[in-house]
Amino acid sequence: MTDLGFIIPEITLLILASGVLLVDVFRRQSSNAVTFWAAVITLLVVLSQLALYFPDGSTITFFGTTKIDPMGSVLKAFAVVLVLLSFFYARDYFDKKEVQLSEFYILSLFATIGMLVLISANSLLTVYLGLELLSLSLYSMVAMNRDSRESAEAAMKYFVLGALASGMLLYGISMLYGVSGTLQLDELVARTDVLGQERVLLVFGVVFVIVGIAFKLGVVPFHMWLPDVYQGASTPVTLFIGTAPKIAAFAMAIRLLADGLQGLAHEWSAMLVILAVLSMSIGNLVAIAQSNIKRMLAYSTIAHMGFLLLGILAARNSGYAASMFYVIVYTLMSMGAFGTIILLSKTNLEADRIVDFSGLAKRSPWFGFIMLVIMFSMAGVPPFAGFWAKWYVLKEVIAAGYVWLAGVAVFFSIIGAYYYLRIVKLIYFDDPLDTNGVDASEDMKLVLSVNGLTIFVLGILPGALMSICVIVTIPYAAG
Amino acid sequence: MLSLAHFLLIGAVLFCLSVAGIFINRKNVIILLMCVELMLLAVNMNFIAFSHFNADIAGQVFVFFILTVAAAEAAIGLAILVVLFRSRNSINVEDLDMMRG
Repeated sequence: MTDLGFIIPEITLLILASGVLLVDVFRRQSSNAVTFWAAVITLLVVLSQLALYFPDGSTITFFGTTKIDPMGSVLKAFAVVLVLLSFFYARDYFDKKEVQLSEFYILSLFATIGMLVLISANSLLTVYLGLELLSLSLYSMVAMNRDSRESAEAAMKYFVLGALASGMLLYGISMLYGVSGTLQLDELVARTDVLGQERVLLVFGVVFVIVGIAFKLGVVPFHMWLPDVYQGASTPVTLFIGTAPKIAAFAMAIRLLADGLQGLAHEWSAMLVILAVLSMSIGNLVAIAQSNIKRMLAYSTIAHMGFLLLGILAARNSGYAASMFYVIVYTLMSMGAFGTIILLSKTNLEADRIVDFSGLAKRSPWFGFIMLVIMFSMAGVPPFAGFWAKWYVLKEVIAAGYVWLAGVAVFFSIIGAYYYLRIVKLIYFDDPLDTNGVDASEDMKLVLSVNGLTIFVLGILPGALMSICVIVTIPYAAG
Repeated sequence: MLSLAHFLLIGAVLFCLSVAGIFINRKNVIILLMCVELMLLAVNMNFIAFSHFNADIAGQVFVFFILTVAAAEAAIGLAILVVLFRSRNSINVEDLDMMRG
């Protein structure tokens, strides 16, 4: 039953992250370059182990608390790559601001452990522990910028609402445990076939579990924390929160809903329909009114997460594959957009107002083009990656019989296109406020270029990534 | 004789009190933290009741994990509270309104 071999990447990450913490405590010089490179090497080692121990099939291990399967390993690898890239963006930001916050790297590594645990969860207990390890690290990262009043306020709001959501999730878990008598998701799925009073109790529990998932993804009406946290946290922290944890939240939704509660798919899919419609409408409409780009991207996130739910609520393997494709493409776009904000920021300029993007194409034609690709992709303009992500998800929704829902989704993405294209208009047709070129380190420019080009290439050749998503979600076909 | 329903009722009442406390309270952030703790304890009550009446030990193990995580959560919550107080000399919930929209 117990085999340490299956969780070697997690164990390595834990040991090396503790090592990085010690390196940081004992470093002599004021620069945090040592911590940065130690953290980068840690992630590279974990990534190579994930590739080396890639599983052939699905195994449940560690007394039924952990499930190692190809879908989990692909998601883990993407999460680790995103964390790795966010370190390069963060270093450039901290160098520009002349602050040395090495806690960022350490807390990120601990958050990554939480994500890996959450992604391979097969027990309600593992879901909870992974989620808390991730969330507690994120709360402290938001509060890290100690001199900023916004940061402290954002952290407090995030903490209180986050704790409320984990309380709700736990209450739901206690109901599921009470009815089924098990914490293991693979046993739970076999015991959800109950009737009468027990079924009512089970559905009651599912409602609370959905609240927990909805909060983590940030869908309406559990989105209140998201705009404040995105605006209040310093940009590298926002970039971090907006990328890798979304992959973990997607995995959490799949583990709980598809692995554990497939028998109640009829009930939870109806709840997800409501959440999706609300998210797409409120997210896209409120985003139009924003003048702060981080806040605008927060509402855009809410709208995108509504789209993500469309694939999950189809409740079958092809829908999960479409959602998985969506979340991967979305995190790449989000990383590029926040990366461009970091690119434009200066020692005394946060560059988080939308007008700061005016005339970017005149200051730097290349990065103006990268931002154009990202914005077109987010708006869903063909042939960029975001279009294919929306296309696959909509195809699944129609196949599941919700034609009206697909109509609603298309309607609101057309409204959403307005505020993405407004930024493109500012970049290409307005005069710059600041006529100097952009200054950033070479590796940051390289990472951002690769990020933008990946979105471009995925738009032309979406097939390869999509077929990976389809292959790894095949095990859900039977359920 | 106390039945499972009695324990679940206590759990539900405590849970509702804590949620109401979070939403109604407009004065003090520390009370929010207390409500969060109460919420976790309400869940613990559920877990212990189910664990006892289902004769399954896993629920009680879960309670230990929740208590441990709650301690860590309280530590982080109070740390954020200290940062908040230093930046604006107030822990009034109504003062948390710098960001709107």
